[in-house]
Formats: sequence, structure tokens, C-alpha cells
Amino acid sequence: MPSKHIVKSFDDELNKLDNAIAKMGGLAEHQLAEAIEALVHRDIEKAAMVTAADKFIDQLESEIDHDAVTLLARRQPMAADLRSVIAALKASGIIERIGDYAKNMAKRTIALAEVPPMPPTASVARLGRLTQQMFKDVLDAYSERDSEKADLVRARDQEVDALYMSVFRELLTYMMEDPRNITPCTHLLFVAKNIERIGDHATNIAEHIHYVVCGEMPTDERRKGDNSSFAVIEPKDR
Amino acid sequence: MSSVAAKSIEPLVSVDTSDVAGTGKSTEPAKHLPKFVTQNVDVHYGAKQALKDVTIDIFEKQVTALIGPSGCGKSTFIRCLNRMNDIIDICKVSGSILLDGKDIYAREMDVVHLRARVGMVFQKPNPFPKSVFENVAYGPRIHSIARDKTDLEQIVHTSLEKAGLLNEVKDRLHEPGTGLSGGQQQRLCIARAIAVDPDVILMDEPCSALDPIATAKIEELIDELCENYTIVIVTHSMQQAARVSQRTGFFHLGLLVECGETEQIFTNPHDERTQGYITGRFG
Repeated sequence: MPSKHIVKSFDDELNKLDNAIAKMGGLAEHQLAEAIEALVHRDIEKAAMVTAADKFIDQLESEIDHDAVTLLARRQPMAADLRSVIAALKASGIIERIGDYAKNMAKRTIALAEVPPMPPTASVARLGRLTQQMFKDVLDAYSERDSEKADLVRARDQEVDALYMSVFRELLTYMMEDPRNITPCTHLLFVAKNIERIGDHATNIAEHIHYVVCGEMPTDERRKGDNSSFAVIEPKDR
Repeated sequence: MSSVAAKSIEPLVSVDTSDVAGTGKSTEPAKHLPKFVTQNVDVHYGAKQALKDVTIDIFEKQVTALIGPSGCGKSTFIRCLNRMNDIIDICKVSGSILLDGKDIYAREMDVVHLRARVGMVFQKPNPFPKSVFENVAYGPRIHSIARDKTDLEQIVHTSLEKAGLLNEVKDRLHEPGTGLSGGQQQRLCIARAIAVDPDVILMDEPCSALDPIATAKIEELIDELCENYTIVIVTHSMQQAARVSQRTGFFHLGLLVECGETEQIFTNPHDERTQGYITGRFG
């Protein structure tokens, strides 16, 4: 909304909430980027840093929750303001979860560094970068209150799902090839799954942006490209 | 197997079709019918136009809240609904206001009867300078509603009970109504309105002179009353409108800007002006 509240401190509080989401989102995006870097370069130190830094995201989440609840109690926001506060509450929960996924990726990176490098790591990293860009765009759409941009991000989750599906198959092939690959490939599979979930969460944020701007959740059913839950791959020589 | 299935389905299908035939065209359950239908209502105070082209349906057994900044015409509007504006000489009302399909501004309309059917509660509690009992008994008496003394007492008791006041005043029915607390006085006024068995109760900022507890009691009462009465409430408190009403209308500069389901008005208003007002921004 372009115009300002009669009570100026109300505007300040809403802005503070938005800034906190931007900050928290930025932090989580950085965590994700670092986790991907650590994975690619088998960088244990970086992975440990990611693991340690997750607590800052958690702190921000509880700050945002506190501020949002205070704002609801004291201002009783209505209409666009109400939607904005609700979206901030939801988004902070989602971003916190994304932070957890990044942390989990970092932990697995530490385990993966103990075994020989696996070629599919590159594909997982590619999936990670794709998702990271998607997450970044959704955060931009959030601070710009750009529902069109958010809707585009939402549509892009299909790409992430498709790439995840192919990574999934690639990892299965490696595991079938040599049982010694099972440990690293399982870790990589979890990393890939984490990334794919981050894509889903980014999509959820996009839906909340749509809600803030348009007053309703998007009604169309989003197409999903991830069919891995139904996938069965049999060894060839059976 | 298939024949069994077909048999068990058959009665369902036949019931379904007969139901459609029985209820006529619409299969939807009849919900709320419009009590008041107003069309193109204009109100002038002398040269000044206070209401412009107000068209709104007010549904029975629902609470309709009217909100808007001071001087927007919401009080003027509800005063049209029981012809309270008649007592202001320079006030001129045009357009049509139908109560149950009948024009309340028609020549043959009995205004006294109309005001019994459409009761009103004001911002400041205004009990008569009489006893609690007499305050409530007054209406039934002048409208000769009660058959005898026992009937009148019955009406007073039920009205006070419906207004949630009986327990508080049952031992002081013959003390002056003005001696009650503000919240009690307001509920006494509601009891007085209910006593003549109205269809509609109009409330013009009924809680603005009350503390939060008394306000909550009135709001609880509104919830109960809307099972039997159609209620139109003018309020400056958006939270109150959001709490008590099913539908909300927003007035601005004499226009009905937007009217819709309360939830929609407070979460996703369609008009910029509604948005600006309820979120507390400069319009």
C-alpha cells in the first residue's frame, strides 16, 4: 500500500517485520549457498560454520514471532495489514525450516568428506543452485510485494522437481553399480531431497506473497514434477 | 454384483430427483431473506445531501454492521429505517425502502406501528425516568400488547431475561431505571425495545459509552438476539463490527462504498477507500 498509517509507529512496526523477514531470508539463502559450496569442495570447516550459524536464523524466527504477536495484540491489523502480518509469521516459520535443511546438508557434507568423492555431487550442486536462485527470487518478490514474480517462482518449482527426479535416478544407478557407493549416495540423496524440499518451501512463500497482494491463496493446482515417491527401479540383470 | 450395486444406488437417485422436483428450481437451502431492501436512497438535510444513492439489502436474523468515519451518513441511514428522520423538518428522504416488501414511506404506513416493529437503541442509554419495570412495560402498554396484568409481567420478565438483565435487577424492579449502571441501562433499553416484539433492532453505537465488560455483555447479547431478530448496528469500533456482524457496510461521504461478508471486508476489502479506512490510513 502506498499511503501511510495515521499512527506512524504502526508503519514502523510493519516495516520492522518486513525488514526482519528480509534479513532472515538473506541469512538462510547465504546458509544454503555456503552449504552447496561446502558440499562441492568437501570443505568441512565451511560445513561446520553453516551448522553453527543456524542458531542465528532460529533467533530471528523467535524475534519475528514475538513482534508479529505483539503487533496483532496491540494494533489489531486489518485487511492488507493483517495479511502482511500473517504472511510474515508463516514465512518466518518456512525460512527457519529452510535454514534447518541447509544445516542438515552441511552435516552430511562432513560425513561425505570421509569417503571418496562421488560424481553425482555435481548434479546435486546444480539442483542446489537452481533452488537457491528460486529462493532468492521469492525473497525479492516478498520485499517488493510482487505477486507476478511470486507466481513465476511458484511455476519454477517444477524445474527443481524434474532435476531432483533425474538426480534421484542417477544416484540409484551409482548405488546399483557398486554397493560401496550406497553410503555416500544415500547421503547425497538426502541432500538432494533437502534441496527439493527447500524448493517446495520457496513455493509456499510465493503462495503467501500472492495472498498478501491479492487477498487470496492461488487457486490453481500447482503441477508437480517430482514422481520419485512412485519410482521403482529394478536391477537390470534380474 | 453389478445388479446389487445398481439396486442400492437406485433409491438414492430417485430421492434426489424428487427432492429437486419438490423444492422447485432451487436446491440450495433457504438461508437469509432480505428484511430491508433499500434502493437509491437519497437523504437531504435542507440543501446538504447526507446520503447518496444507497442501495443495500439487510438480511433477516443477521447482524449487519455499518462502519465509516464521522459524518459519513451511517446514522442517517439507520434513522431512515424506522423513519426517525421524520421528526427533523428539513430532512427529505427519497428512494425506496421496503420492509418485508412493503414501502415504509408509503402514505398508509402507520409510523407508530413501524417503530414498534423496528426498535432502536441509542449511543447513550436513555431509560425513562421511571422504574425498571415501567421502562420495559411502557411499550407493551401503549401498543396494547399485553392481555392483562399477569401477561404484562410475563412480557417484562421475558424481555429482561432476553436482554440478559433479569438476574441483576430482579430484586429491584421497582427502583428507578436511571439508577442502574451504564451497561445495565443500555441492556434495559434493549429490553425495552424487545418488549414490543420487534422484527428489527437498530443500534446506533450502543457500546461507545460503555466499559469493555459492559461492551462484551452487549456483544454477547447481540449474538443471542440475532437468532430471533434482524440487527443493524452502527459502530465506530472496527473490531466490534468484525466481532459481532455477519455483514458489514462501509459508508464514506454519504455513499455506501462497499458491503459484503464481514470476513471479506476485514481481510480482503475490494475498494481502496474501505482498505484505507479499516487499516487506519489517510483516505
